[in-house]
Amino acid sequence: MVDILIIGGGGAGLSGALRAKEMGAKVLVVNKAYPTRAQTSMAQGGINAVLEDDKEKIKAHIEDTLRSSMGLGDEEMIRKMCENAKEGVLWLDRIGVPFSRTEDGKIAQRKLGGAKDKRACYSQDYTGLKILHTLYDQCVKENIEILNEKFLLNFIVEDGEVFGATFLDIREMKVEPIYAKSVIVATGGYAHLYHGFSTNSSHATGDGVAAALRAGGKLSNLEFVQFHPTALKNSSILISESARGAGGKLLNQKGERFVDELKTRDEVSRAVFREIEKGNEVFLDIRHLGEEFIEENLPQERKLAIFYEGIDPIKDLIPIKPAAHYTMGGIAVNRDLQSSIRGLFAIGEASEAMTHGANRLGGNSLLELVVFSKDAVRNAYEFAKKRDSFKEPKEQIKKDENFLNAVYYLPNKIDFYEKREMIGKILYQNCGVFREDINLKAALSYVRQAQKELPFMGISDKSRVYNTNLVEFIEFGNMLELSEALLVAAISRRESRGAHFREDFPKSDKSYEARSIIWKEEGVICGDFVKVGNEI
Amino acid sequence: MRFRIRRTLEEKSQIVEYEIPLENPTLLEALNYLKLKVDRSLTFSSGCRSEICGSCAVRVNGKEKLACGYKLQENDLIEPLRYGEVIRDLVVDMNGALDTLKRSKAYLDSFKEATITYEDEKRIEIQTDCILCVSCFSSCPVLEVNGEFLGPFALTRVYRYVNDKREANVKDKIDVIQKNGIWDCTLCGECTMACPQGIDPKNDILMLRGKSSEFGYSDPSFSQGFGGFDDFGFNPSGF
Repeated sequence: MVDILIIGGGGAGLSGALRAKEMGAKVLVVNKAYPTRAQTSMAQGGINAVLEDDKEKIKAHIEDTLRSSMGLGDEEMIRKMCENAKEGVLWLDRIGVPFSRTEDGKIAQRKLGGAKDKRACYSQDYTGLKILHTLYDQCVKENIEILNEKFLLNFIVEDGEVFGATFLDIREMKVEPIYAKSVIVATGGYAHLYHGFSTNSSHATGDGVAAALRAGGKLSNLEFVQFHPTALKNSSILISESARGAGGKLLNQKGERFVDELKTRDEVSRAVFREIEKGNEVFLDIRHLGEEFIEENLPQERKLAIFYEGIDPIKDLIPIKPAAHYTMGGIAVNRDLQSSIRGLFAIGEASEAMTHGANRLGGNSLLELVVFSKDAVRNAYEFAKKRDSFKEPKEQIKKDENFLNAVYYLPNKIDFYEKREMIGKILYQNCGVFREDINLKAALSYVRQAQKELPFMGISDKSRVYNTNLVEFIEFGNMLELSEALLVAAISRRESRGAHFREDFPKSDKSYEARSIIWKEEGVICGDFVKVGNEI
Repeated sequence: MRFRIRRTLEEKSQIVEYEIPLENPTLLEALNYLKLKVDRSLTFSSGCRSEICGSCAVRVNGKEKLACGYKLQENDLIEPLRYGEVIRDLVVDMNGALDTLKRSKAYLDSFKEATITYEDEKRIEIQTDCILCVSCFSSCPVLEVNGEFLGPFALTRVYRYVNDKREANVKDKIDVIQKNGIWDCTLCGECTMACPQGIDPKNDILMLRGKSSEFGYSDPSFSQGFGGFDDFGFNPSGF
């Protein structure tokens, strides 16, 4: 029996696995694809850390993060993250991450939006990719056991305590349990709920977060979804902030500028969305920067626009729209990174660890997963060691096997792919950068109707081998579950704060300076607000 | 637009022709269209849609491409990657290919303190752009005759760590790539053509050969083939 079962093979999961091995814990990583395919590979900007021994600069990092969280960040967690940032980055350096260097041989750092200092360490524009691949190389070296193509179904929970999880083996389409003395969820975020309007990988369906909700766990701050203002109009592929940083302008089809492009992501996203709502088209214009500059500084952006949008930014305007980019909410954890289910921990984008609050600062997501994976693993290992009596409950396996078999016989009268597309659109329109009570409630009733219709949906591929139709159906189930929770949270927060903007409550309200908590009792969604830092 | 896909139907490999009404789609868009509108059982992998996660590599007319980074052409033939068991349609077991990383010790093994300069980092920049899509592995003709060959991406990764000043144990890596490694490569350059990231594994292998000679290794084929060139009094390697 392993001490720690880590679910998810991205940056958070692999960092955790390596730290666990260092501590002498028996660890197993299980993921639904292969580790290097994780969302982490798409992170470009950098990882924040003050590398000098300069207390003032660390203080500034803490202050920037706190300010950006808009009252929903916990000073203690943020301090822990910022103070341990240097150790995290130096650890990555020691395992071989090829950080870009300065002329005098130091790790190069750049300034990202909302930051007072240059503190983002980077590897060109491939920071996430290079960190992820280096972590993977080390896992190979350390003989970390990694199981690929196993899809998380449910946590095995009894009396509020976790005993492992059930998985669908995608190759054989069989349910199998993995028992463990502690479980760490590192399954990533849920931005792909905004299907068709997300910069994320199609795998970002919040599987671990949804499973926690089903197991009776608490989720928090789900309503805080960061939208990136410049995704390509047709494909939702991200055009990096560096295009605006270099002087790119935002124009409508009449050639009018309508916003200061260097404002924060949420403000620019709202301005862009407003224009689109008026019936205008919105473009990013970098033509004036000239071919030479673009080729030198924005070659990737040019390539993406030519390939995916069919236009050349040297002579054409780039059509854009805001798109869901990062989810601040997730599994609610306490300061020890443990969820409301004993023994179940959460890290990375899957967790809401009171660090990003209402808005995430660029460069803090990679940092969070490196620093907190270490803490989570230490705490999980302590938990595992103290556990004396252990059982292997079988009930969940039976339930999941029954479910799986039933899916093969569902009538498939309603097409879930069409519903998925529709829900993506509705969430984008009604629970996107602008929200309003009546629109949120309309979206909620659509989602609840879709839940009722789920037994009339189903699959047309009945194969028992690598059935992606079935895997996508279960992902869709997770998306439905989280859409409902997200909407209830967005309805409950009757104020505007950070990424959550309510047209009917455009100001922030001190009484909502708290984490929104969502959980399920007897299948019914419940909600509450808990002061930041208090036990959930 | 018409194109063909090699699929696994009734447990047999078969080529199926499709026609889709999309204009100038990427191959991934075409596959997604087919799955949603035509046949839900079509099986393939994808992820980021922007050429960074390495999920969607396939063969197009015998050449490896990322489905999300390739524009479909009339009458293209789409097939799964080679040298891994085809699990279904375009999905292949990657574990065998990935196992070469372990066998070649493609990781930082023994850390030593070193100042990494701007130039040091630049020397491994392109090799660390690898996304492990495994295209190069599938393109390699050596693997057709020698399944034990370490293959291009693992060797590129070894070169990347051999070139990393933080690695204290370079010799160990050089040792493990001698057999079924750098000398088995024919330098045909297929891997270099296949890489969507512009990495040049062929050149990295050449560099590793140079590095190996520093550790006293030489091309084993010259000392064995034809009863040995040295006996003939002719030394083709020039020293």
